[in-house]
Amino acid sequence: MDFVSQHPVLVAAVVKIAVLLFIVMTALAYLTWLERKVIAHIQSRWGPYNVGAHGLLQPLADGIKFLFKEDVTPPAADRLIYTLAPFLALALGLSAIALIPFGPPSALFPNGQQIFSVVDLNIGLLFLFAITSMGVYGIALAGWSSNSKYALLGGLRSSAQMISYEVSLTVSVVGVILLAGTLNFNELIAAQKGYWLHFIPRWNLLPQFVGFLCYLTAAIAETNRVPFDLPEAETELVAGFHTEYSAFKFAMFFMAEYANMITVSCLATILFLGGWLSPFPETWTWQNYLPGAGLLMLAAYCAWNTVSEMRGIARLQLGVVTLLAGGGGLICLYPPIAAGIQGPFWFTAKILAILFFYIWMRATLPRFRYDQLMSFGWKLLLPVSLANLVITAFVIIWPLLRKG
Amino acid sequence: MSIPIILFLVCALVAVAGAVVLILAREPIHSALALVVVMMALAVLYLLLGAPFIAAVQIIVYAGAIMVLFVFVIMLLNAGVEERTDFSKLAKFAGVPLGFFLLLEIAHWLAHSPIGAAIANGAGSSAGESSTTELSEMLFRQYLFPFEATSILILIAILGALVLARKEE
Repeated sequence: MDFVSQHPVLVAAVVKIAVLLFIVMTALAYLTWLERKVIAHIQSRWGPYNVGAHGLLQPLADGIKFLFKEDVTPPAADRLIYTLAPFLALALGLSAIALIPFGPPSALFPNGQQIFSVVDLNIGLLFLFAITSMGVYGIALAGWSSNSKYALLGGLRSSAQMISYEVSLTVSVVGVILLAGTLNFNELIAAQKGYWLHFIPRWNLLPQFVGFLCYLTAAIAETNRVPFDLPEAETELVAGFHTEYSAFKFAMFFMAEYANMITVSCLATILFLGGWLSPFPETWTWQNYLPGAGLLMLAAYCAWNTVSEMRGIARLQLGVVTLLAGGGGLICLYPPIAAGIQGPFWFTAKILAILFFYIWMRATLPRFRYDQLMSFGWKLLLPVSLANLVITAFVIIWPLLRKG
Repeated sequence: MSIPIILFLVCALVAVAGAVVLILAREPIHSALALVVVMMALAVLYLLLGAPFIAAVQIIVYAGAIMVLFVFVIMLLNAGVEERTDFSKLAKFAGVPLGFFLLLEIAHWLAHSPIGAAIANGAGSSAGESSTTELSEMLFRQYLFPFEATSILILIAILGALVLARKEE
């Protein structure tokens, strides 16, 4: 007890990290489910359907399968680095999320610690870039240590690709930093408060639209997703850098990829889409009841689906989902809670929208060729984001110059 | 012991251990990774000194960019295990003792000089956290000329590398 009262920051941070880790790990698991479902429906298929109602227990089954598979290490591999690489990838992917504020800093615990962010750093954005810039190592080392040609080629491709696109990624963000004049996430979001013409939110999306497009493209390349997934191009490289990995180490690379997707979506939300700000003016108080109403609608759909289509055990499973969604919806309608979860609700909604866009891209676009990838990154993306930066800087400095 | 002191001791030990591994490792990739570890430990030390900007830049530039390039080149060339010649006799009988003597001398000097006393009193860490705004104002006002001169110097170095790397026609 003495320790708790003496180190409020430390104790609060540990508790928040534990909760965040639980939420993020669950989100990672269900992101795989979401991806398979969305792609399946885009391609007129059903996707996972049999393990649990609508395949809802599929991530759990996959996790158990990965745990019990044989963990093979190739005899010629560099054992230390081969084992280290997946841990490095996952640890870096997860620790980046700790910097993200999921709600307004005004929401406080009784001991004065912020509820919705683990740490509120003055240079949060720089720190996030510091962590993500280390992300190359996991992939490059996995490719090298496997001692296999395909894995090595995948690792080489990914390090070249990630170094190239990191430049555009960073430059496309500087315009936003110039507009807000800060590197702190909460201040970056607060700078986007207010409305044009009383209803268009003052998010950076409109003034920095070119920056947003550059960021989104570079972010997809940074996370090695289609159409930039050359490090794991299965038509050429078997599976690229993780060819030799099996069992849970393989799963860790996948979790790291999804964690990186969540991180870049969070960053896009904070920098361009107003973070935890609501798109509607504060005077519209009915928006407080949106999360509850949404959950109740989901519950109603599940109830209808349970009764009309599900049979046997699936009926029971979907019934449980119905009860959870309905109960959650009712709790969210309670006014103090409804007002308190506004920030996280909008933040999550925006992240989900970007993640959906990601998955949509994967279902739609074919893969780039390697030379196309490089010339696109250096000859188009980088000049455009540099031009965006220069023009933004000029627009900001122009009034100062005219004053003399 | 307070948390900063524990952190300092851990990171200082990690940095020294990383530096030793960097020299002793036979596999070039292991050496490169040891250097990354040293840089990360140094970044934490910068944080403890109240310079978060320098810490972040240290990781982004050195660990995240330069060392990635090193690792990339080592992987691309598929550099094998280093060959070692025997430890030279001069190094064994003169170098090692002299090295220890130098370390002892530095320790002695730190313990008895005013700077050492100031460090012991916590002058470095009590300066408080320097803000990024102050740093950039100093960089772009007071030291604008050296800053610009450095960037031109780097540009010239890049051009020089390009000229050297270009194949003769």
